Amino acid sequence: MLAKRIIPCLDVKGGRVVKGVKFLDHRDAGDPVAMASSYDKDGADELVFYDITASSDDRSIMLDVVEKVAEQVFIPLTVGGGLRSVQDMQKMLEAGADKISINTAAVDNPNLIAEGADRFGCQCVVLGLDALRISSVSAPRWEVRTRTGHGGGQPTGIDVLEWVVRASELGAGEIVVNSIDRDGTLEGYDLDLLKAINEIVNVPVVASGGAGSPKHMFEALVDANADAALAASILHYGTYTIEQTKEYISRRGVPIRFSNLQLASNP
Amino acid sequence: MVMKKPKIAIVNYQAGNLRSVQKALEWHGAVGIITSNPDVIECSDGLVFPGQGANDSSMKSLRSKGLIEPLIQFISSGKPFLGVCLGLQLLFNESEEGNEPGLGVLDGKVKKLPTSQKIPQMGWNRVIFNDFHPIIEGVPEGSHFYFVHSYYAEPEDSNIVTGKTVYGIEFCSAVGWDNVLAVQFHPEKSGANGLLMYKNFVKLARV
Repeated sequence: MLAKRIIPCLDVKGGRVVKGVKFLDHRDAGDPVAMASSYDKDGADELVFYDITASSDDRSIMLDVVEKVAEQVFIPLTVGGGLRSVQDMQKMLEAGADKISINTAAVDNPNLIAEGADRFGCQCVVLGLDALRISSVSAPRWEVRTRTGHGGGQPTGIDVLEWVVRASELGAGEIVVNSIDRDGTLEGYDLDLLKAINEIVNVPVVASGGAGSPKHMFEALVDANADAALAASILHYGTYTIEQTKEYISRRGVPIRFSNLQLASNP
Repeated sequence: MVMKKPKIAIVNYQAGNLRSVQKALEWHGAVGIITSNPDVIECSDGLVFPGQGANDSSMKSLRSKGLIEPLIQFISSGKPFLGVCLGLQLLFNESEEGNEPGLGVLDGKVKKLPTSQKIPQMGWNRVIFNDFHPIIEGVPEGSHFYFVHSYYAEPEDSNIVTGKTVYGIEFCSAVGWDNVLAVQFHPEKSGANGLLMYKNFVKLARV
């Protein structure tokens, strides 16, 4: 049976990991290579890196970070932030990324999803959706936001549920659902949003934004049936270790992977 | 005395994921050579046949590079061979994913995963090894490995099935015999358990 995944998310700015609240007020959280390696040892199932400044200067810094991480961490790596073309994707994959997450570029040019999927396979192309709740009165609705590296981002007028269907038809092999409203709040994931998306697409759905406790992760994985739960603040600042979150979730009957081997050492 | 580093060829036919295979080999003191040169393949101490991508374009690429015969010969040479993901599927003679026949080293068919499940299967699943192979020595029973795939192989000869995994159905996630192990998952992305497999593989290639 496929295990539910726990994924630390590392926002990278100028070569350092940072963490903000609602995509603003970023605080330094550490060195990306050291953090990646320690999360791997702690049982992370995968790592996600977002280059949240993503200016052209920072792109080479990010490539360097990915290369260094990939040299010592042997679990899947997803990289996103400012990637705008198949060439950008290819460079990240060559540096050692396994999956590429795109948001703004996909909204601006939906065909990029199809091009990436054709070239690298749909398993490589992740839609890194940034969603903002725009009504909570009757049936909730969400809007796709772009250019979220600098705060709440720009409105697009695009309905999230229509967009995820289109993106998965174009070839996105996984959807990371970032709730802008919940990001960094520690109040729990937007379960309505996750449920709504999970009902209409048949690709893996990753919950993101709002994790404040292992219970929140459990809710996302079980109540909203997400395939994976992404977290940043609670892991970066040591509120919980990955092992603690996994034990909590596993004790409640959810299939979880525990590695019972330490990293094999060099000869 | 300095131990000689085994040279492991990693078949390059534009099927992705090569760099992580190379790093996993280097981690255990081998030299990983990413190559599409048949002579380099023939002279190597071990061969990794990786892969991600589609059946037809991959078989066409192997054919245009003149790699089909060298691969089949290597498998029968007795030197350690590790197939990964598509590198398992292409050992069979036919695939539902396309029209191009595979290498035909094994009888059987590659089929699509059941549509009752999310496709691709992406993530960590258990492999139950029902048979011993030196490359899996020391891997704890029921370990999780990282899978990314939409198709699976169904061998005609059940004697070569080395590992099984459940995803909607029970499918063959590893085949093995003598010098050959081919797995549906990605050991180079499976943390410590996967690295142990590369360690065992490098050890076999040293002999």
